[in-house]
Amino acid sequence: MDTSLPAKPRPHINAISRGFWENCRRGILSVQRCDDCGHQHYPGAPVCPSCLSSRQSWAPISGRGTLVSWVRFHRAYWDSFRADVPYAVCLVKLDEGPLMLSNFAGDAPAEPTIGALLEVVFEKVDSDLTLPKFRVRD
Amino acid sequence: MNDYAKLKDRIAIVGVGNTAYGNFPDNDDYGLGAEAFRNAIEDCGLEKNKVDGLLVCRIPYYARMGEILGLSPRWTVPLPPHGRMSAMGIIEAAAALEAGLCDYAALIYANIGRSRRVNYGGEESPGVWDPFGFTSPGAAHALMFQQHRAMYGTTTRQLAEVSVAFRHHACLNPDAVMKQPISIDDHEAARPIVEPLRLLDYCLINDGAVCVIMTTKERARDLKKRPIMISGIGAREAYETASIANYDPECWYHQARDVGRQVYGMAGVGPSDIDTLMCYDNFSPTVLFSLEGLGFCERGESGGFVEGGALKVGGRLPTNTDGGHLSNSYMQGWALNVEAVRQLRGECGARQVVGAEVAQFCAITPCSRSIIYTRG
Repeated sequence: MDTSLPAKPRPHINAISRGFWENCRRGILSVQRCDDCGHQHYPGAPVCPSCLSSRQSWAPISGRGTLVSWVRFHRAYWDSFRADVPYAVCLVKLDEGPLMLSNFAGDAPAEPTIGALLEVVFEKVDSDLTLPKFRVRD
Repeated sequence: MNDYAKLKDRIAIVGVGNTAYGNFPDNDDYGLGAEAFRNAIEDCGLEKNKVDGLLVCRIPYYARMGEILGLSPRWTVPLPPHGRMSAMGIIEAAAALEAGLCDYAALIYANIGRSRRVNYGGEESPGVWDPFGFTSPGAAHALMFQQHRAMYGTTTRQLAEVSVAFRHHACLNPDAVMKQPISIDDHEAARPIVEPLRLLDYCLINDGAVCVIMTTKERARDLKKRPIMISGIGAREAYETASIANYDPECWYHQARDVGRQVYGMAGVGPSDIDTLMCYDNFSPTVLFSLEGLGFCERGESGGFVEGGALKVGGRLPTNTDGGHLSNSYMQGWALNVEAVRQLRGECGARQVVGAEVAQFCAITPCSRSIIYTRG
């Protein structure tokens, strides 16, 4: 890793989010599922927003979704993204329901089509961190 | 209709004041707040020691504000520095006045974000999406406008109508920060920030303060100016996608519909009765979403509605006649409520809406609020 570049922001990993990022490292996309009522949501929360249960797990999901929207950042809000601008961010509605913000894997399509079918691709940042990205599904 | 109905025409705004707007690195939140308070007290002629209610927003420490102004209130509410707080604060103060928790409430908002170089994104507001480079309320509005474009064919030239109309008003407002007229082509040529939004879709970041003095209808009669009554209130939150801050998958349409039902039902008027609209405009798309949700046009038709200068004074719906957040001042809704009062008093000079009798404020945000004001 080139240490002369400023480091990009990393996920805040705590007791709730740890399971999600460990799954990503293993190539598994997951959402938090309530063990009592089955409600699925992302990001993780201390209690289930539907029934307030504390018994929740990170449940593997299909990794498939639909493009809800996308934007292209021309401003670098972090110095570490200065070399990336302009870069795209996509908003994905997972087939299981929750919304997730991410990036297109590889080069973003020039004009992504809202409603396009997407699938997850895992991009390893380093030995501790793998980010879930999305590509258009054939 | 809602349970606030008993508040209809019970509480008045009796005094308003503001500072100059701009870049004031030698001043601070308290200095700006004190000046706005003094101007509002002068505006209504109230003996300042009669103020026994204090609501502050974006001011670091309410007690220090009270100390500086020599106040000993029996009701205090501090609100966080979020844009959606202005009507929330005014409604809280109205309820407190009606309940007798205070007799005269001063609501003070100050913002020194320009001098403090606030960015509204990146390291200053860490979030769960940072690893993907997603940050800032502007980006959330860019996501929503992108959906609106795809779903309804709304164009950036239509979006430009919002910025162009408000800049036109700022040019008529001696207090406003931005004084250069702009055209639709200027909007289209401005540098992109988070595409599809460009610089002229973003609100200003400037220093300044605003104060509003409120009391009951009965007490209002003894003060200097014609009271402006709170005739309608509407409120609804949207917290379901709060982890994508400032984003709603439906552009707050359903919450805004609910707010409209409440506020128009309570005031006994409809969108066609509104002489001037003061619409929270952190980013230009918010205005389109507000027009649709409140029923000024059908869903998806706001782009066509705003064409041809419809939002300008003299147009079909004069909106943000002070220039709004886009071109007057980033007073996070507070200055728009003041502008509603000044319009109904007939104090707006070159930007006056002739014969304005009913003014509406709305903030369509994760905490949507609307207030309808009428002449007392």
